[in-house]
Amino acid sequence: MFVIFPLFFSFYLSFHKWNMFSSESVFVGFENYGSLIRSSEFWMVLKNTLIYTLGTVPLNMALALLVAYFLNKKIAGKRILRTAFFTPVIMSSVAAAVIWRWVYEPNFGLLNYLLSWFGIPAINWLNDPTAAMFALIMMGVWKTLGVNMVLFSAGLQGIPEHYYEAAEIDGAGKWQRFWSITLPLLSPTTFFILVMSVIGSFQVFDTVYVLTSGGPLGTTKVLVFYLYEHAFKFFEMGYASAVAYLLFAIIFVLTMLQTKYFKGSVHYTM
Amino acid sequence: MNPRKLSILLGTVLLHGVLYGAAFLTVAPFLWMALTSFKELSEILVYPPKWIPGKFITDNFVSAFQSAPFGRYYFNSIFVAATVTVGQIITCSMAAFAFARLRFRGRDVLFYLFLGTMMIPGQVVMIPSFMVLHWLGWIDTYAALIVPGLASAFGTFLLRQFFLTIPRDLEDAARIDGCNRFGVLWRIILPLSKPALATLAIFTFMGVFNDFLWALVVVSSDEMRTVQLGLAIFRDRYQTDWGQLMAASVTATLPILMVFFFAQKYFIKGITLSGLKD
Repeated sequence: MFVIFPLFFSFYLSFHKWNMFSSESVFVGFENYGSLIRSSEFWMVLKNTLIYTLGTVPLNMALALLVAYFLNKKIAGKRILRTAFFTPVIMSSVAAAVIWRWVYEPNFGLLNYLLSWFGIPAINWLNDPTAAMFALIMMGVWKTLGVNMVLFSAGLQGIPEHYYEAAEIDGAGKWQRFWSITLPLLSPTTFFILVMSVIGSFQVFDTVYVLTSGGPLGTTKVLVFYLYEHAFKFFEMGYASAVAYLLFAIIFVLTMLQTKYFKGSVHYTM
Repeated sequence: MNPRKLSILLGTVLLHGVLYGAAFLTVAPFLWMALTSFKELSEILVYPPKWIPGKFITDNFVSAFQSAPFGRYYFNSIFVAATVTVGQIITCSMAAFAFARLRFRGRDVLFYLFLGTMMIPGQVVMIPSFMVLHWLGWIDTYAALIVPGLASAFGTFLLRQFFLTIPRDLEDAARIDGCNRFGVLWRIILPLSKPALATLAIFTFMGVFNDFLWALVVVSSDEMRTVQLGLAIFRDRYQTDWGQLMAASVTATLPILMVFFFAQKYFIKGITLSGLKD
């Protein structure tokens, strides 16, 4: 009821000009989509979202795999470490963003102090147009690393031990075992995480809202923020629905890709 | 000690060092939040930053609770999260039972349709859902915060998969003893599904308690605000009052952190099952 009906209704809306408070809607055909494509702000928003995605996803996945890989070995205090890496995930993104504002604070913040040890001058993280996106990315990586770590751990535990034993007998070194056994056998997991992470980063909102509110100069304005602004600040429901449908299309394609790939690849045959 | 052993030992020590270092960096923002919330302003605005407060004070918490009705926000968040959690357990277990055990026409098609809705992001249906609630006159009420969350495809899926692993013999025996279908669900399946139910409950509670965007959209008055919404507004108003802001953040995170430390495995299970993001 709250999913299927709205989905069609949203599609209907995206072809109309509709102000919340007037009861009638005017059919405008593709005009909403047209003005979307012509809007230079929309392209900037799309670009910002892509930068955010490219900034968070690969870094996040590489670090998560590294942590999961080492935590799969004999490590003292494994549980404590896992809890530590996972804690940011369960925290509300609003509270997390409030804390990071304090970490990024230019005069008394923790980060600038840390950087000063390496002789890096103070950076006004959230008000500098180039630094703000970077700040958002760092926080994004921190916040979701735990999710991917857990998923990678599950994937790693699914790789049968005897593959490694066989490879060791054949004289394969650590690196060779990692490259020729771990990575290929992990690839379904990796692909799943990749798709989910991209979808997740296309949906980022809370942290943007609290950390930068899309500023400075719109450099951190992302897709969902743009949608929110048009729907609930300017009340352009038709236009915002067109944005929503575009988001849906992107996510739909990604999910289809994911399903198709999953069906086509079985790696555990000997 | 021979060189080979030494290098292995060194590697192990280094690995532990790096992992613990990274783990410390990950939790450092939390520590800093917690410690800042107990500091006097004169100790907060110092350079270089000071970790341990010279004097632990609770004034920040007192003034945060005076500047905004966090008690009320708390009540709203917990009430909404608890209601949605109970509601989801009821609706999802019944739907899952139907998909797992009953035979009816179009069951599998319906199930795949259900699954399909899982990939529709909330932001896409946000606008039409908002308008439906607007027509119903539910904007800025508990109903707006609760009703859209009462059914969940993820929850149904999770429980269905679990129900399928329960042997049918038990139910057949119960049926012979005169138990009806509802009785089977209530007396046999649900008691056996406690781990799955716990995962769903904890996951739902966390999701609703931490939710921000939906509350931002449907709530307009101060007394309906949830903790997350209240905190965001508080942040707007007290831009640089770091002591109060950190005290408010501690308050907003504490319940979930406590639940997490006691029921960690259910959180991790939920994540593994859904690959969910924030």
